[in-house]
Amino acid sequence: MISEQLVDLSRLQFAATAMYHFLFVPLTIGMVWLLVIMESVYVMTGKTVWKDMTRFWGKLFGINFALGVTTGITLEFQFGTNWAYYSHYVGDIFGAPLAIEGLMAFFLESTMIGLFFFGWDRLPKTQHLLVTLLMAIGTNLSALWILIANGWMQNPVGAEFSFQTMRMEMTDFWAVVFNPDAQAKFVHTVSAGYVTGAMFVLSISAWYLLKGRNVEFAKRSFRVASAFGLASVLSVIVLGDESGYMVGEAQKTKMAAIEAMWETEPAPAGFNVLAWPNETRQANDWAIEIPWVMGLIGTRSLDKEIPGIKEIKAENRLRIESGIHAVVALEALRKNRQDADALKLFEQHKADLGFGLLLKKYVVDVRQATPEMIQRAVDSTVPRVAPMFWGFRVMVGLGFLMLALFALSFWSTLKPGGMTKRPWLLKWALWMLPAPWIACELGWFVAEYGRQPWTIYGVLPTHLSVSTLSVESLYGSLAGFVGFYTVLLIVEMYLMVKFARQGPGSLGTGRYDNEVHA
Amino acid sequence: MFDYETLKLIWWLLVGVLLVGFAIMDGHDMGVGTLLPFVGRSDIERRVVINTVGPHWDGNQVWFITGGGAIFAAWPLVYATAFSGFYWAMLAVLWALFFRPVGFDYRSKIHNATWRSTWDWGLFIGGAVPPLIFGVAFGNLLQGVPFEFNDYLVSTYTGSFWQLLNPFALLAGVVSSAMITMHGGVYLAHRTEGRIQHRAISGALVAAMVTVVGFLLAGLWLRLGGIEGYVITSVVDGGAMPDPLAKTVVRAADGWWRNYQQQPLLWLLPVMATCSALLTMALLIARRTGLAFILSSLAITGVIGTAGAAMFPFIMPSSTMPNASLTVWDSVSSHLTLGLMLVATLIFMPLIVIYTSWAYRVMRGKVTESHIRANEHSAY
Repeated sequence: MISEQLVDLSRLQFAATAMYHFLFVPLTIGMVWLLVIMESVYVMTGKTVWKDMTRFWGKLFGINFALGVTTGITLEFQFGTNWAYYSHYVGDIFGAPLAIEGLMAFFLESTMIGLFFFGWDRLPKTQHLLVTLLMAIGTNLSALWILIANGWMQNPVGAEFSFQTMRMEMTDFWAVVFNPDAQAKFVHTVSAGYVTGAMFVLSISAWYLLKGRNVEFAKRSFRVASAFGLASVLSVIVLGDESGYMVGEAQKTKMAAIEAMWETEPAPAGFNVLAWPNETRQANDWAIEIPWVMGLIGTRSLDKEIPGIKEIKAENRLRIESGIHAVVALEALRKNRQDADALKLFEQHKADLGFGLLLKKYVVDVRQATPEMIQRAVDSTVPRVAPMFWGFRVMVGLGFLMLALFALSFWSTLKPGGMTKRPWLLKWALWMLPAPWIACELGWFVAEYGRQPWTIYGVLPTHLSVSTLSVESLYGSLAGFVGFYTVLLIVEMYLMVKFARQGPGSLGTGRYDNEVHA
Repeated sequence: MFDYETLKLIWWLLVGVLLVGFAIMDGHDMGVGTLLPFVGRSDIERRVVINTVGPHWDGNQVWFITGGGAIFAAWPLVYATAFSGFYWAMLAVLWALFFRPVGFDYRSKIHNATWRSTWDWGLFIGGAVPPLIFGVAFGNLLQGVPFEFNDYLVSTYTGSFWQLLNPFALLAGVVSSAMITMHGGVYLAHRTEGRIQHRAISGALVAAMVTVVGFLLAGLWLRLGGIEGYVITSVVDGGAMPDPLAKTVVRAADGWWRNYQQQPLLWLLPVMATCSALLTMALLIARRTGLAFILSSLAITGVIGTAGAAMFPFIMPSSTMPNASLTVWDSVSSHLTLGLMLVATLIFMPLIVIYTSWAYRVMRGKVTESHIRANEHSAY
């Protein structure tokens, strides 16, 4: 039996390293396009201030990028170090997008970033712009392949289990690539990155404007960021709705938890704006509900029902009971590949194999599973409701706050001097700086915590996916990662604040406040 | 396209190519990192050294990332078994690599001697530790690794971290470190001048000598020192569905020599390794640094090729459950995935080579102290 402590620590380590990584990634994804925009204006108009903007925001981009790379290395290898059984079980499908990400995207991004920083004097203007553009394309393609891999964990299409190799094998690559879950996630996630980049530039520019420093530089940056941010935040919200549209079982379960929908309601279901979910009673203590809205968002129809938590659990109980036969047949087949009876039984129940494997958490031989164990397995198939419910609402709330901010900021830039006349807007922009990061982290939390108890939804339970390591090793490595990352994060924040405060004077061009002299 | 057996063979070669690519590309900037504290004595000298690889280290590091991804996609059982078995060794590599992106980017952003020298040692660790550990890992693969599979193909590593640090594996680590240091020194000699170039050449010459001696010593040890190889005794069906428990394997004293006896042409690999390293030394003394870089790349290819050819078809033999050893036949992905990944590699690898070459071309020429002074705020 795999120790629960090992599973919990492995999950904690993955969550910690992934969430650290995603502090840096969205800023990279978004800022790289702002650099493309600024440099394009420079190439078209020849005005030096636009080159300085590209270089200064590029400098902050670089400080952030360094930690994005540092924390990203871990993620490419952690599947092997800590999730060995997962890697074996689904590597045939999951490994391919990761490798293609390296070949198609990360090489491009990383090679071009060197030329972006060091090629200013060695490349003609247009070629340098091309370098910046290729860097942006590389960065975004990178996100595409990672989200194809992640989308497959949520909605495992285009693959089939083979008892001979004891793993999932790919049957249709294009189904994996065009997985609707992956595509919706990709657009939603990169748009969230664009919002993060825009908010970063908007907030720091607002601060310069409040201080009356580098005004021409800051006004232009503010204008670009507000327009880009408005378009992006609209895209996040619209495409967030798209990823809410249910395409698979995983989404159904998540949606029920996010909405604290315990019972299946007659269509179209109402939307709980606020509620107090009570896990023990399997009901909400109170709720403020808008009729119809949930049914419309979730099914795009007036007559389709959205299953509630209790209905989902009842379905899963049947699948677990059927899955027991699949596990028993599989174990017979592993002892004797020619066992025709076992093969027949296995083919009948194959689709529920993952559900049968859920019982391995409680008992080695699933035939010995007691009704109490089955009940625990059934209950585990829906994540805890309160964290999902609140995580989602805070994310969406921040999204709408940012929409209001970007809309007002953009409107203020339409009239000359519009932004400098409204210090309240600039202060608001400054204080909203952390908002996109909080929203991004919560978004990942809802997506990944909401997928539990699975690593691959319906296929492979999380507790079977870990490497057979000692609990002591996990304590050691977790402490190492958290310690290392925290020190690096402090160093990064220190540099970021230092250079943001100093502003474009740090370029040493002699054109700005706070010049440095070598 | 290709039948399954051929694809399995092609992927053995491709992983080899990626490994050699990683050693040549990321290897030269790791070698530069290893030499950094010794070749650069003052701040400005160290900045010269760092800026020879400044625009390129990030792209080079992707060879490592992509290598990891390719092994995940093509040899998922190897990815799972090796990285979880070598847990602490792998973490040491990752943690050492953490110093590189931040070391390069943050070091010169603050004018403070302690700050800068801290990052210099960070870059040294990031350059020196990974090649050492990869060498040690290879040394252990040659001896077999204690791991087992159950019926579900869950792998369990039954050894300890410390037993990885046995004498033969440490010798392999020294060869790997020396080879990468040589390569970095040659690159540095090509991109610098004056005192720095002089010190880089001295470092590379010593490292090349250690590489040659260590490589030959390791070969003798394998032949005479009682390190057994592994041999498959059951009939191999290369086109079968991969099942690492379906074969039988035994240890044999000449296990790692049989390929060389059957294919004498393979001897060209160790000969290439030795001669290229010696020629690298001669070319360095003659100050033909560009040609020396090509020769040191060939030396690396020869060393890695020698070990790979000896072990074929084994990738990771198991010392405690030899039948569970991972080979090119039974630890691979499905036919579809191997074919698909081959297509992806054939499309993108040439593009990568083209734009990487372009990047080096744009940044070509010697990095000098006056260049650093002129770009005080933008150079690393």
